[in-house]
Amino acid sequence: MKRLLFLAFFSLVFLSGLDAADHTNSDSLIQSSFRLLSSKSFADKATAINSIAESGSSHAVLVLSSILEGDLYYHKKNKNMVLVTETTPRHYEITDPLTEELVSTKSKKELRKKYKKVGINNKLRGLLNEKLAALTIYSKDKSTRLRSTRKLLKNLNPSTVELLRDAAPRETDPQVKELMQVCIAVSDARSKDPEIQLGAINELAGSLYPEVRVLLEELKTAYTDSVAADPRLLPAVDSALRATSLKVSFYKQVENIFFGLSLGSVLLLAAVGLAITFGVMGVINMAHGEMLMLGAYTTFVVQQLMPNSIEYSLFVAIPAAFIVTGLAGIAIERGIIRYLYGRPLETLLATFGLSLVLQQLVRSIFSPLNRSVITPQWMSGSFEFNPALSLTYNRMYIVVFALMVLFGLLWLLKKTSFGLQMRAVTQNRNMAKAMGIRTGWVDALTFGLGSGIAGIGGVALSQLTNVGPNLGQAYIVDSFMVVVFGGVGNLWGTFFGAMILGITNKFMEPMTGAVFAKILVLIFIILFIQRYPRGMFALKGRAAES
Amino acid sequence: MKFRNWKIQAILVVLGMLLLPQLGYSADKIKVGVLHSLSGTMAISETTLKDTVLMMVDEQNEAGGLLGRELEAVVVDPASDWPLFAEKMRELIEVHKVDVVFGCWTSVSRKSVLPVVEELNGLLFYPVQYEGEESSKNVFYTGAAPNQQAIPAVDYLMNEVGAQRWVLAGTDYVYPRTTNKILEAYLKQKGVADEDIMINYTPFGHSDWQTIVSDIKAFGSAGKKTAVVSTINGDANVPFYKELGNQGLSAEDIPVVAFSVGEEELSGIDTAPLVGHLAAWNYFMSAESEENDKFIEAWHTFIEDEDRVTNDPMEATYIGFKMWAAAVEKAGTTEVDAVRPAMYGIEVPNLTGGTAVMNTNHHLSKPVLIGEIQDDGQFEIVWSTDGEVKGDAWTDWLPESSLIVANWTDPINCGNFNTETKKCSGQNY
Repeated sequence: MKRLLFLAFFSLVFLSGLDAADHTNSDSLIQSSFRLLSSKSFADKATAINSIAESGSSHAVLVLSSILEGDLYYHKKNKNMVLVTETTPRHYEITDPLTEELVSTKSKKELRKKYKKVGINNKLRGLLNEKLAALTIYSKDKSTRLRSTRKLLKNLNPSTVELLRDAAPRETDPQVKELMQVCIAVSDARSKDPEIQLGAINELAGSLYPEVRVLLEELKTAYTDSVAADPRLLPAVDSALRATSLKVSFYKQVENIFFGLSLGSVLLLAAVGLAITFGVMGVINMAHGEMLMLGAYTTFVVQQLMPNSIEYSLFVAIPAAFIVTGLAGIAIERGIIRYLYGRPLETLLATFGLSLVLQQLVRSIFSPLNRSVITPQWMSGSFEFNPALSLTYNRMYIVVFALMVLFGLLWLLKKTSFGLQMRAVTQNRNMAKAMGIRTGWVDALTFGLGSGIAGIGGVALSQLTNVGPNLGQAYIVDSFMVVVFGGVGNLWGTFFGAMILGITNKFMEPMTGAVFAKILVLIFIILFIQRYPRGMFALKGRAAES
Repeated sequence: MKFRNWKIQAILVVLGMLLLPQLGYSADKIKVGVLHSLSGTMAISETTLKDTVLMMVDEQNEAGGLLGRELEAVVVDPASDWPLFAEKMRELIEVHKVDVVFGCWTSVSRKSVLPVVEELNGLLFYPVQYEGEESSKNVFYTGAAPNQQAIPAVDYLMNEVGAQRWVLAGTDYVYPRTTNKILEAYLKQKGVADEDIMINYTPFGHSDWQTIVSDIKAFGSAGKKTAVVSTINGDANVPFYKELGNQGLSAEDIPVVAFSVGEEELSGIDTAPLVGHLAAWNYFMSAESEENDKFIEAWHTFIEDEDRVTNDPMEATYIGFKMWAAAVEKAGTTEVDAVRPAMYGIEVPNLTGGTAVMNTNHHLSKPVLIGEIQDDGQFEIVWSTDGEVKGDAWTDWLPESSLIVANWTDPINCGNFNTETKKCSGQNY
């Protein structure tokens, strides 16, 4: 859908700007290069792409972008080029790329038999991107212009610099204009005239684009070695580089903190359910990881049920996962755990066995292969604060989501009557019983709540990692680590535990490598638990004694 | 008393029913052992290979079996538990008396099985690309050795893509460590400087790739063309590629070539952000040949699912099975000591259009292909070697193994023969 809009948009832009008489002529140019596109050699295809880009046809953008997207096919026998669009799953509409007339509709099997995709490699992909960027530099859409200019910066050559020199004065958007000027300055910095060079270098000082940094480093080595260079150039390059690297290292730290917070949020989401079942109730729940897994699989099932509205599927998946895993939790508590209260060893063994059963069950139902959970568009990609700092959307949403879950749970525990009963039962069961609380039910609901929260965590994890039968195992150790480190029975402890572990891990990783960082964190926790056996936020008072 | 009698009778009947099928096995049947994990972490990859062997057995039976005898598959589940692989291997050979075994995926499972298969003089076909440095008398390696996958991939990146800086990223275990050691030595011999090589290891199932991807991004923005050679294994790949996509590292900027990512692994992810990243294999499902079309169709019919993909280890299993069948026909028996010599020089058409040949070092000659990931989860073949590449058991790029060759025919008859001292170490692995 997005692609269609994109294409329609480009066609409109170009149709408006061009003469009808030109059309037939330039279209025939495209037509003639089609023959080269069906060739096996990538060099032939490059020639074809170049001539299509230079044809000046209104269809050039459509044709080039459909090659890039892998939607341009050719008939295996007569080599006719066609555009292929998937209308409904496994059904394809085949249209002529120049006349835009419908040729036929085909199923997946027929398509595979009769047509072959115009294959491209990375070199061609780069070429296509470059040509498309040059063709869309006057696009009406600001973000397209920005994207195009950014692509041109990566690969500047005299002709694109000319193009940008024309486009920059006409540009109205300040952001795009600035980027265009950076491109021009990068090219000017290599000029023969020291005055122009000096001006360009000063303009580039503090710019965060990696291309600019590469250029400055290059100039620096060039000037240090050469005696013939203008004496003003070297200091200018030096100060420009200093300004840049200071900013870059600052943003690197900001990025590291964000990485730590996001890892902490993942740990929090994985552990917060356990903070209820293990932390509050004291059940050593080895099947906690499998509750995460069930939540992730619920996401998969929800997406299978609503294939046409993937964008909203997570909003359905969250309550669905809560209900599914919550009910599973209640069933587990009523069926197994309630017979084992006060016998931690048996509970451990029973829940461990249960986790194996659940894993194999999932393996039998969904197959041992990982299932593909789609990440909605709004969670993909990253937000670019500046060229040196871009934060990925999925991690940002997870941080926000983890906090929402934590505060929701705190509210539930502190402000509702169910929360009150729950705390009463866990702190003094007999007294609670005497006050008329049905402790059995409160136990079941509490365990259900912990499991349900784990299910919600599973929905979040499905966006980050594999959804497979082993998903839970990967997180069970981390979850226990967070809860024990934070202090059993305290949600704030779980929160701070997760965040501290996340940030420590991420700050150590660049220095020690991922494997060793993990080991160091574990050693740190062992030492910490030796000193403070009850974790960071230990419960005080009578409740802690029991 | 009467009651007890009835009980004993019942037990006897049940026992009889259990025994009957065993007795019913005519001694004529040729038994094919399948040693692939059907549960645990490796089930994701290995289940497919079990199905492939079953399909091949079915096909062979429909074509009249072997030597006029019917084939029967014996499937056991080593459950991704390395020591259990050895026990199950023993069970297959001693209890089930199988004639051949197709199995193992990870190197550590193969190493665990080796002493058993050598002690009992069994026959194992190992279908997965691996780190080399091994040649056992009782094992045929139908997957790629490093010179059939890693080295050509690096050559491609160096010559066709123009890569000058290298990130060698891998999971922390024997295959990536050995492969990266070989690649590092190779790159240095090609004149790559120390500061242009970055080596990184991560634990199994690593899922938080933010820092590493950000480091790769920084490493790659130094002006020289950078490429990542990934020996990241299994599940860890999905979050790795997801993070690459999210941080905006496209294949045009920094291509990633992977040795453990195939069609099967891609079927679990949304491949749109991965388009253009590379993989090096000896087979891709998109290869155009009649054999391949037939194989894919047979697979879809067997597995009853049109969406299932085929991959390189499946082709290796296919080639291994066909070769074994041909060798049995040639030898006229399933005796290991007769089949083994019959294997040498056996030719089987591979699925990509050429012929695979079994060499006397127990490794195959087959072509090497480089493919780019497409948005439908398939690979576009962008490069292939001119002809078949002969598998090299002992790499030429490490000083300690460059002198060693494997040859299981006279006069050498050794899997670890030092060409300088003219001695066989006797230790084949």
